[in-house]
Amino acid sequence: MTARIGVVTFPGSLDDRDARRAVQRAGAAPVELWHDDASLHGVDAVILPGGFSYGDYLRCGAIARFAPVMGEIIPAAARGLPVLGICNGFQILCEAHLLPGALTRNVARRFINRDVRIRIETAASAWTSEYRAGQEITVVLKSGEGAYVADPATLAQLEANGQILARYVGGNPNGSLGDIAGVISAAGTVAGLMPHPEHAIDPLTGPSADGLAFFSSVLRAVVPA
Amino acid sequence: MADAAVTPEREQPYAALGLTADEYARVRAILGRRPTDAELAVYSVMWSEHCSYKSSRKHLRQFADKAPATDVLLAGIGQNAGVVDVGRGYAVTFKIESHNHPSYVEPFQGAATGVGGIVRDILAMGARPVAVMDSLRFGPADAPDTHRVLPAVVGGISFYGNCLGLPNIGGELAFDPCYLGNPLVNALCVGVLRHEDLKLAAATGPGNQVVLLGSRTGPDGIGGASVLASASFGGSGEGAKRPSVQVGDPFMEKLLIECCLELYRSGLVVGVQDLGAAGVACATTELAAGGHTGMRVTLDRVPLRDASLGPAEILMSESQERMMAIVTPANVGPFLAICAKWDVPATVIGEVTDTGRLEMTWQGAHVVDIPPGSAADDGPVYDRPVRRPDSQDVLIGDDPHRLPRPAGPGAGEALRADLLLLVGSADGGDKAWVTEQYDCYVRGDTVLAAPHDAGLLRIDAETGLGVALATDGNGRFCQLDPYVGTQLALAEAYRNVAASGARPLAVTNCLNFGSPEDPAVMWQFTEAVRGLADGCQQLGVPVTGGNVSFYNQTGSTAIRPTPVVGVLGVHDDVRRRVPSGFSLPDAAIVLLGTTRSEFGGSLWAWLRHGHLGGLPPAVDLPAERSLADVLVAASERRLIVAAHDLSDGGLALALAEACLVGGTGCSVMLPGDGTTFLFSESAARAVVVVRPGAEAELVRLCTASGVPAATLGRTGGSTLEIAGLFAVPLTELADLYGRALPALFG
Repeated sequence: MTARIGVVTFPGSLDDRDARRAVQRAGAAPVELWHDDASLHGVDAVILPGGFSYGDYLRCGAIARFAPVMGEIIPAAARGLPVLGICNGFQILCEAHLLPGALTRNVARRFINRDVRIRIETAASAWTSEYRAGQEITVVLKSGEGAYVADPATLAQLEANGQILARYVGGNPNGSLGDIAGVISAAGTVAGLMPHPEHAIDPLTGPSADGLAFFSSVLRAVVPA
Repeated sequence: MADAAVTPEREQPYAALGLTADEYARVRAILGRRPTDAELAVYSVMWSEHCSYKSSRKHLRQFADKAPATDVLLAGIGQNAGVVDVGRGYAVTFKIESHNHPSYVEPFQGAATGVGGIVRDILAMGARPVAVMDSLRFGPADAPDTHRVLPAVVGGISFYGNCLGLPNIGGELAFDPCYLGNPLVNALCVGVLRHEDLKLAAATGPGNQVVLLGSRTGPDGIGGASVLASASFGGSGEGAKRPSVQVGDPFMEKLLIECCLELYRSGLVVGVQDLGAAGVACATTELAAGGHTGMRVTLDRVPLRDASLGPAEILMSESQERMMAIVTPANVGPFLAICAKWDVPATVIGEVTDTGRLEMTWQGAHVVDIPPGSAADDGPVYDRPVRRPDSQDVLIGDDPHRLPRPAGPGAGEALRADLLLLVGSADGGDKAWVTEQYDCYVRGDTVLAAPHDAGLLRIDAETGLGVALATDGNGRFCQLDPYVGTQLALAEAYRNVAASGARPLAVTNCLNFGSPEDPAVMWQFTEAVRGLADGCQQLGVPVTGGNVSFYNQTGSTAIRPTPVVGVLGVHDDVRRRVPSGFSLPDAAIVLLGTTRSEFGGSLWAWLRHGHLGGLPPAVDLPAERSLADVLVAASERRLIVAAHDLSDGGLALALAEACLVGGTGCSVMLPGDGTTFLFSESAARAVVVVRPGAEAELVRLCTASGVPAATLGRTGGSTLEIAGLFAVPLTELADLYGRALPALFG
């Protein structure tokens, strides 16, 4: 049976289409989830895609975190449902307190669209099990508010618990503390990543196919009934 | 209305609204009485230069008169945007438009709303917008006002385009003192649709409802068309122009796009028009005129952000993110339900009639009763005086061949220094400071974007069908000879599209000029239009639409004539795209085309000697056609792995760019004089990298097409080497290439 991965569309979501394409390329069935629909329709995992949900009004992700669908996702995540937040999705997960820390304005005060090299720091997560810890990949960064921040105690805890998902290598493009490009929850099932793996699944339209393993990894974590 | 009839002698402020005494008299003649305040407002915006094209229409007819025979045009000049058939049931709509004056007054919002406006034009054709491009021109890179304008313009385009989820796939950035008080911001949008989805701006079917959807209407942008875009800067009252710049909300536009596309898919829209310059006045007159019907509108029903607006202001407002749709009575319910799903405000404001009149009421009073065509289509048509300026001969006589050139034993070093001068300049250097602020990946169908020669988009994943786009202009060439210069701009965009492996198909254009009241500017304009029409005819690519921006001048100093030409091409299979960089080592580099000693208007003459004079390079359209045929065929037969056109900075800058973009050096031997082969800007040329083993077949192809081909050398290594003259390590080249814009703008 094919795994079913839900991709949420909020008003203003942009990379939902590409996330669905990546899910399909990885061999799973993408399921469209509408922000206003308080049902997950039995999906095996959920992706919160990139974009400008609610126009980034107030703060990036601040309004999306109150959407009806999030009312289902938050308890489901606590029960172990794998959730991946990409870019704006990462911002929403932080606003919803499913992940610690916050994303703030790039240090250069400009939107940055650039191919970046990141190092996968842990393969012990639902979304990175098909990578090796320490593996470097090339993916796409395109954001205006991508600088990860957290207080020193939280940062220390993340490091100690192996909750750093990925770090920028060869230069920090946005001022993220600890060069952090992504983090995972303590259980390793909820992940937030600032760069876009869904834009690196085909060298024809992206810098590499390095990002595809995010979407195939989760298939291993999911055991369809 | 009754008031207008009984007070014919009341003084009206037509001049302040931008109408001449003659135009005002004509309005009175059409109506048989004095216009009401609201009617005066309608004519003042609809008959402005920006909306009516009164100084250009007479000449723009050439695009239709000289149009090459083609069966790909589904909608042409006169519609919101041109639409061309690209095969397999797909059609593509594209257009470029200016937002120059607002971008000087309020750079961030001016540029942002420029993107918003052109995107809505594409949406109004029934298409999903899929990409944008921007062609930008500013004063000297180190001028204080450029520091005020450039970062904000780029920020505005980034803010709006990224939030809409439209990849930016290319464009231009140029600097010249003439643009200091008159920056040029030309925005292009391209959309995709199936043939049967085409929508037109026509209000047909008396009894059908007129629905206004999108943002509430406020006082922003009032006078934008009539006062801001249809007059020069300079003199008092600059502050008064500030309210004329609109404010954009890209999130609302994103919702509007998704909402409209769902309405189209559901078959609920009979006709549709976007609201841009002249807002409600424009949409209602054009829809009614387009349908050859009439319309009755209750202006009170327009949702307002500011309750103090009167009917004239409601009509003139240029509030953003609004569309107007014609909907059958039975479909109004489902239409409003879809709008509610997307949280897009929508209100029925009127209905289509069979009276042939546009009638509007406000608070029960009749405030507008005009024949819609008189405002939309039958504006004044001027035959402005045209006079070639006396200074033109002096300019042409200033021959660049007398400029000192590197010679003798130190020539190699001097040529090396000239290359580095171009590479390190804001004009010739890396544009990444700008392009990195634009999302080029969203939607996952971008196959090539900046810095490659053309933007290339995939349309159909199964077949690999795609479209390529390039925008090019050259103010220096056009200053020297507006006819030839315009054809050179067309040729460059045409060549850039072919370099990616796509067949050029159609043209859009943005004609940026000074005041049409200046006979010298009109001479430049008429020459440019004639050049573009003739050029399109010879190349077999029709003009599908575009935009004229006059009054780009401060006081009596006009900008250089700057027509910007956009060319669209079709790619049969984007999987065999041809990038522009040297990546494959140890492959042959071949120069296609003929190089002559042509430095008039060249980047080298400008940067090295501060010189602009002589004639621009000769234009040879048959040679451009043959070159394009070779580039497309070479792509189809997989004979080449890279192609880069030659333009600003000649072969020297082209080689430097190719090395840096691809990350691989080269070693070449010039076939003749160093300065000529490095810096001449002869047209109809490109460099290609040949797939190892395909050299003989490429030569046969070139010979058969009559395109000269000369092997220059090979790719490889980590230097750019011009044998016998100089070598530059790529690290040094890259450092210099990436320095100019960050050093200036942070």
